Amino acid sequence: MTTADTSSERSLLYRLFNDKELRSVTIQVITMALILAFFFFIVSNAVTNLETIGKGYSFSFLWDASNYDINQHLIEYNSQSPHWRAALVGLINTLLVAVAGIILSTIVGFLLGVLRLSSNWLINRVVYVYIEYVRNVPVLLHILLVHGIVVNTLPIPKNALMAFDGTLFLTNRGFYTPKPLFEPAMWAVLIAFVIGIGFTIWFKRYAKKVQDATGKIYPVLWISLGAIILFPIVVFFLAGMPLTFEYPELKGFNFKGGLVLRPEFVALWLALSLYTAAFIAEIVRAGIQAISHGQTEAAFALGIKPSRTMSLVIIPQALRVIIPPLSSQYLNITKNSSLAIAIGYMDIVATIGGISLNQTGREMECMTIVLSIYLMFSLLISAFMNWYNKRMKLVER
Amino acid sequence: MSTEQSYPVGEHPSLPPPTSEVGIIGWVRHNLFSSTTNIVITVLTIYLLYVILPPLLNWIIFDAVFSADSRDDCRAIAKAGGHELGACWAFIGKRFEIFVYGFYPVEERWRINLSFFLMLAALLPVLFDHIAYRKQGLWFSLIAPFVIGWLLLGGMGLTPVSTDKFGGFMLTLVIGVTGIVGSLPLGIALALGRQSHMPAMRMVCVAFIEFIRGVPLITLLFVASTMLNYFLPPGTTFDLLLRVLIMVTLFSAAYIAEVIRGGLQALPKGQIEAADSMGLKYWQSMRLIILPQALKISIPGIVNTFIGLYKDTTLVIIIGLFDPLGMGRASLADTKWQGLSTEIYVFVAIFFFVSCFSMARYSLYLEKKLHTGH
Repeated sequence: MTTADTSSERSLLYRLFNDKELRSVTIQVITMALILAFFFFIVSNAVTNLETIGKGYSFSFLWDASNYDINQHLIEYNSQSPHWRAALVGLINTLLVAVAGIILSTIVGFLLGVLRLSSNWLINRVVYVYIEYVRNVPVLLHILLVHGIVVNTLPIPKNALMAFDGTLFLTNRGFYTPKPLFEPAMWAVLIAFVIGIGFTIWFKRYAKKVQDATGKIYPVLWISLGAIILFPIVVFFLAGMPLTFEYPELKGFNFKGGLVLRPEFVALWLALSLYTAAFIAEIVRAGIQAISHGQTEAAFALGIKPSRTMSLVIIPQALRVIIPPLSSQYLNITKNSSLAIAIGYMDIVATIGGISLNQTGREMECMTIVLSIYLMFSLLISAFMNWYNKRMKLVER
Repeated sequence: MSTEQSYPVGEHPSLPPPTSEVGIIGWVRHNLFSSTTNIVITVLTIYLLYVILPPLLNWIIFDAVFSADSRDDCRAIAKAGGHELGACWAFIGKRFEIFVYGFYPVEERWRINLSFFLMLAALLPVLFDHIAYRKQGLWFSLIAPFVIGWLLLGGMGLTPVSTDKFGGFMLTLVIGVTGIVGSLPLGIALALGRQSHMPAMRMVCVAFIEFIRGVPLITLLFVASTMLNYFLPPGTTFDLLLRVLIMVTLFSAAYIAEVIRGGLQALPKGQIEAADSMGLKYWQSMRLIILPQALKISIPGIVNTFIGLYKDTTLVIIIGLFDPLGMGRASLADTKWQGLSTEIYVFVAIFFFVSCFSMARYSLYLEKKLHTGH
């Protein structure tokens, strides 16, 4: 400050609270001090409390045997496995139900969203009632209700409901389907599939280049479908059909063999998907309605075919509106899968945050693991969203 | 007989529209059978309804038993009526009071009823602005929460009731309403903090919001129920319900903050610049210029968050509080009524549907009322 400055006559204390710039510094310093004091307070409390009961804060318990079973494990696991493996099994189960839920809810949600806009009054109303019912009832209730229906109303394995000519058995112990057994030659089919995808990417670029240069349009969709689906199928037959199925068989009181979807998984998966689908349907509807009708009319005026209007004009613009809220729904499905604990599906919260926590009494460490895993998911999705928004941002003047 | 009739040019009377284009027939043709796809969709939908609706209605109404003394009684009545047993609503009827009041002492239940009416009375002036004595009503709304708290908890002349006696729909309302009332101001503060020019403030708010939004509510409730005691000075105990209330409020405040941030960002920058050039201070410009507009834009989002919060109150059963679901499951322990979980779920679902749907409708009404554009 210069000596000529009139404000210097005022005391520094006065300026700290009344000078606009200095006040902002004051407020920030006070806030940070309060927050640091708060953290110091709770951390010191935690340290004292942990010392009193002689616990400490260490993750070494993760290498002790877990001593409990998990009924659905996609990787090798038994009660002698360490706790970290139990956590891993839980994480995989969370991801499994989340990914399966995301796929199903997207399909159902887009379908419902489009039907909600249908000019057909009946389907429009039916979908409206469905969406309103689903959205206004807690997801936990949906999960419990679906679980109740699966467990209470489906028959015991002996009288299993058979669907699709003996390939799907519905029972209250789970859904049984044949398990595909791959023979070594299956690799060839997988490689063919990868080649198909690679070819499609190359072909799409090539077709665009040709179209830009000459105006000639290739049927990209059909050729890519052929490359991705037909080509692997041909290879599959050429390789001598290297795929057999292990069929579930009724032995004693339950089915043996085959692929089993446990009732908890089915209930959680269906309930989460149908719940989220209702939200996705509303997002899709809003996205399509956000595109002004003038866009369609303009495309038609340029002589673009209706199907290409949809794929080149409407959908790209609608997706810009749809994808941000859609991704937050995907995050929601992942977070809501933690309700699994209510019906005994062993996800990350039920394994490390539930049984392991109760057995070892390591609340702090277990909750730290659970919270940081969910935070990681959330940060990953946010990072994707930022990238996407940047890419899709309208370039304005 | 001649069917031809001639009119002078320009004098031809307007003919009525063809019958196939108006009335019920016209409506059905246009709305249900206008094209091949539409016909297919209509037929499929009718078939779907035919498959789903009759069994559902039978279960809920026609085959249901509304008064009986036990589940076997329900079965016997259904058998005597010559049909299979649908829902056994008698169970809900017998346990209705437990669903509403939880474990609250019977002789003190008038306090819950009174609180409920006080809450409604306090809500009216907040929700609708065309009622008489609104200004006095708003003062009442400000005091009401404290009166209700006193009524529910007791003390000062009333028999104290500990919070572990709270349960049923009453608990849902306590958690839901407290969360809603508490999270709005906190959410506004967080949103303003996130938009603030002070980096430290912004950082703190962002960290808080992103942390809360990144983890599921159930894990936060676990934190509240299992490890909060570690963070408090040795010897302090903390009421479980209070911990849940705090967590629920913080949780939804983070979501509200994001919704309001959306509203703040949607405002043109000229608004704050204009407020600055008028010489308004920060809080003045926020209170008079920015927030009224930002909140108006964010109403649908805010109400959606409230609905989400209200629905999330069901999660408290997982940490051992007895909301209607918990009460229902607890009363299933009675051997007379074993296995009636579906009835409970449907009953509670109806309760939530009614309350959440009305909230959604209110939000639509508010949006229309506040729409001041063209």
